[in-house]
Amino acid sequence: MMKLKDIKNIFSMGILKDNPVFRQILGICSALAVTNLMLNSLVMGLGLIFVTSFSSLTISIIRKYTPRHIRMMVQTLIISAYVIIVDIVLKAYYPTMSEALGPYVGLIITNCIIMGRCESFAQKNPPLPSFLDGIASGMGYTLVLLTIAFFRELLGFGSIFGYTILGSWWPRWIFMIMPPGAFFMLAILIWVSNSLTSNNKENATALAGGEK
Amino acid sequence: MPEINPFVIFFAAIFTSNMILSNFLGMCSFIAVSKEIKTSLGLGQAVTFVLTGTTVINYLIYHYLLVPFSLEYLRFIVFIITIAAFVQLVEMIVERYLPNLYYSLGIFLPLITVNCAILGVSLFMVIRSYSFVQSIAFGIGSGLGWTLAIVAMAGIRQKLKKAPIPKGLQGPGITLIITGLMALAFIGFSGIVRIQ
Repeated sequence: MMKLKDIKNIFSMGILKDNPVFRQILGICSALAVTNLMLNSLVMGLGLIFVTSFSSLTISIIRKYTPRHIRMMVQTLIISAYVIIVDIVLKAYYPTMSEALGPYVGLIITNCIIMGRCESFAQKNPPLPSFLDGIASGMGYTLVLLTIAFFRELLGFGSIFGYTILGSWWPRWIFMIMPPGAFFMLAILIWVSNSLTSNNKENATALAGGEK
Repeated sequence: MPEINPFVIFFAAIFTSNMILSNFLGMCSFIAVSKEIKTSLGLGQAVTFVLTGTTVINYLIYHYLLVPFSLEYLRFIVFIITIAAFVQLVEMIVERYLPNLYYSLGIFLPLITVNCAILGVSLFMVIRSYSFVQSIAFGIGSGLGWTLAIVAMAGIRQKLKKAPIPKGLQGPGITLIITGLMALAFIGFSGIVRIQ
């Protein structure tokens, strides 16, 4: 049985030390595309947590029966199945959100975070830790999405989750809502995160090098 | 939207709605591979080729197989299998008949399966309900636009090696900032053609 310490370790790795977006520069396609509104980012993040955790769980359960050379295909199919669930649920209950996210729901399949976790963690570990690892990675990703979206929505629309925070005196920075704003915001966040953890620098670069 | 001219879609896919710069698709390999012009060009060619092929195949499968049986919800799985199979097939054919090309493209082909631009183009094609000719134009245009962006980025990054960059920004950070500047420059094209 798992100890509490292990669980804590998995979460702190997934959210802080080994954050998929900052440390490994994975899955940033959707990190940039949906972050002009906080609500979109939250939904996207929840979808990703669901897909990552359950596909890690499934892959971990069947890991001993999967032939090695077709495991990528198996993983892709499992991930697609969960993404379809997310897509159908969104279409049924939140059609406006489904429209706003557009193709980016489907693109969760090619989000390298999920594949990366399946390949590097779920393939070697029992189901429960894999499931938690999926949740942790997903939460790390969601946190980044929400941080980017916070600044983009606040500066671009003057609101947070659709509620107006900055009054009409605020000159809306349309720039932040457009694609370049996303690139700059993510670059700044990576810069800040690198500077804060500069003493772990060697560790981080070694990881990034190994990941590519 | 059958009234849009395929040429408009073609140019719009290159300039105004560039896959990387305005739709953020294919960023992972964009950042990882854009270190040298030569490799970027190789990857760009491979992406363009695979994009065109898979868009056509996915169009045919979607409209003649999935829609008649109302299986549209299976499109994610079907598209990703098509892409994986197509990439595998291309790899085998190229290896057998064009060994030179295989050695220059070889390492990139497996990477392409997980390139979100490929799946993204197929999904956009469905969402915007393009016709067959429009889909082809969109596929080729997106591939060329992607190539243009990654080659331009590789050119800038080669010069950048000598620049003094703050420590925390080195690597992905500065690449993202340059991408942002490129995206800003490409917004200048937006008055010319528009699709959405």
